[in-house]
Amino acid sequence: MTSSNLVYFVALPLFSSALLMLLGRKADKWGHVFATLVSASTFFIGVFEFLAMRDRAVEMRAVTQKLFTWISVGDFQVDAALLLDQLSISFVLLITGVGTLIHVYSITYMSHDRDRRRFFAYLNFFIASMLLLVLGDSYLNLYVGWEGVGLASYLLIGFWNQKPEYATAAKKAFVMNRVGDFGLSIAIMIAFATFGSVSFAGIEEKVGGASETALTAMGLMLLLAATGKSAQFPLQAWLGDAMAGPTPVSALIHAATMVTAGVYLITRSNFVFDAAPNAQLAVVIIGVITLLFGAIIGTAKDDIKKALAASTMSQIGYMILATGFGPAGYAFAIMHLLTHGFFKAGMFLGAGSVMHGMSDEVNMRRYGGLAKFMPITTITFGLGYLAIIGVPPFAGYYSKDKIIETAFNAGGLQGIIFGGAALLGAIITAFYMTRVMLLTFFGNKRWADDAHPHESPFLMWAPMAVLAVGSVASGYLLYSGKAFVTWLAPVVDKHKHEHVEFLPPIVVSILAVTAVVIGVSIALLKYRGEQASEAPSDVNIFTRAARRDLLQDDANEFMFMRPGQKLTSALLATDEKVIDGTVRGVGATMLGSARGMRKLQSGYVRNYALLILIGALLILGTIWVVTL
Amino acid sequence: MNPTNYLYLSALLFSIGAVGVIVRRNAIVVFMCIELMLNAANLAFVTFARMNGNLEGQVIAFFTMVVAACEVVVGLAIIVSIYRSRRSASVDDASLLSR
Repeated sequence: MTSSNLVYFVALPLFSSALLMLLGRKADKWGHVFATLVSASTFFIGVFEFLAMRDRAVEMRAVTQKLFTWISVGDFQVDAALLLDQLSISFVLLITGVGTLIHVYSITYMSHDRDRRRFFAYLNFFIASMLLLVLGDSYLNLYVGWEGVGLASYLLIGFWNQKPEYATAAKKAFVMNRVGDFGLSIAIMIAFATFGSVSFAGIEEKVGGASETALTAMGLMLLLAATGKSAQFPLQAWLGDAMAGPTPVSALIHAATMVTAGVYLITRSNFVFDAAPNAQLAVVIIGVITLLFGAIIGTAKDDIKKALAASTMSQIGYMILATGFGPAGYAFAIMHLLTHGFFKAGMFLGAGSVMHGMSDEVNMRRYGGLAKFMPITTITFGLGYLAIIGVPPFAGYYSKDKIIETAFNAGGLQGIIFGGAALLGAIITAFYMTRVMLLTFFGNKRWADDAHPHESPFLMWAPMAVLAVGSVASGYLLYSGKAFVTWLAPVVDKHKHEHVEFLPPIVVSILAVTAVVIGVSIALLKYRGEQASEAPSDVNIFTRAARRDLLQDDANEFMFMRPGQKLTSALLATDEKVIDGTVRGVGATMLGSARGMRKLQSGYVRNYALLILIGALLILGTIWVVTL
Repeated sequence: MNPTNYLYLSALLFSIGAVGVIVRRNAIVVFMCIELMLNAANLAFVTFARMNGNLEGQVIAFFTMVVAACEVVVGLAIIVSIYRSRRSASVDDASLLSR
């Protein structure tokens, strides 16, 4: 089926963004309201499309819209076309819904910033790019959105680029993302070489005839792309620094939407991964490593935003893990992605609200006892907290529990290892989130002297409240009666796979809840009562490593930066000494010999006369010698 | 008298002329030295004609005189005009090749 509404998803925010940037200061007074209204209108189009889609028969649900023919070379043709199916609409609603709430929140949060209009222009640009990413009907269209969100992320992380370290953080994020983008472009090339097509439908049609090697290579390259955008191991190091951006950006881009693009990419490419078990195994391994990696970093961070960023990394690890299990996991990955979008965005906005009340202090060791002063923030953050650690019946319980169950159901030793790691991750998650809760909202006051904590205004807490409701209800709504699994099945589970059960769901639920209880109890034991306002320095080597992000930057520096620097300096030396040296050498030889020759041309007649004489004598002498 | 002595004289005159061209700076003197060299050559021609008993050398001596006369006309004109413009008859001053 075709539709003519899809173009507005991308066009409206793109137009608004361009308008706000081109009008400049003239739009300062109304730019934020305009951008918010545009974002809200895309949300309403999304809801409208969703309702229309729900009323159609299952096989009629996907709609497409061709915008124009983009590339037409011989038999090869790429259209700029949009595809809205059950998977896309889930993302569209998340992006525009959470996006609009964060627009509303930012109106107040950024009200003291003189560049608020520019901020909203970037936000709208992000919305447009992200929607293009999830609506593109081919890898090439997706790639445009993929690069667009990378640019938006760069611009927004470095929004306060007057601080050099923020600008550096933006560059770091951009460069690491480029490594991932490289993978995506190679994957597109493999797709073109193997299938002669880059559209999802075209590739899916021909996937049966392709060799497994090609599919595995393509899967691994797609995984590389996903690790870059979704901050997964080994390209995870940028996410912590990305917290330099304003908090609404962290909530929207670096928690709810953009960083989940990798999960979308893998889910969208399900036909490739389902036919390449080795690539799937790599996906699972990356997911497990990252979920533990992020969780461990989260336990040691004192910066509230960085703790949440580590948690984001870990939660996306869960999603990637689930996508690695094929049709059994895709729906749960996306379900966790949606619930995570609610509770993590809500918690980031809560963190922003705390910072707003504490004059931009981010160190949790300087908080404490804020529950009394910020009741609404405490409640909304607390609901997000209960959701993320997986307390039933909050959202995270349903989605994360299902992922752990899927991991165990992989069967055999693998299932036990992956399921066990996911459970361990759940324990650590419960621990570090409880730690964040206790340090921030409870315990003794450890504020700076000039801190006057106060509740945030209505426009800030209203979005938090909406997201908190989502954190409570979304899990049950998506889970009940397998609603979401059934909804997504036509996209990711076309062949109705039989799902094996290794452990009965109830056992996994009990295990998961036990994990939560263990994690929370350890945190309660460790962080109850008085806390110092400085981080203890006499800590063991593991804590120190976790504080240094498990040496991720040191590893990158050692493995890539230093050799890279050596390579460039070697290249520079070669360039200077060999290539420039040759050129300069030729020049210098010419110049030197010319300098010598110049002495012959003195301009004095007598010198020339002498030379002529000498020449004549030489000739005469030669003749004389010859004839003698 | 042995004609070889004329050749020695010719060589001597030519050498004097050549050295004069090379070491003197006054354009007139250089010019005169060139004349000396030409005449040394003439003397050699004439001597060879005598030694060989034909007239070819004598004829060439006449040609040389004609050429020398033309050269004097042109050369003196150049020297005079250089002197007029530069107030100097030194050949070194006339060098325009920059160092």
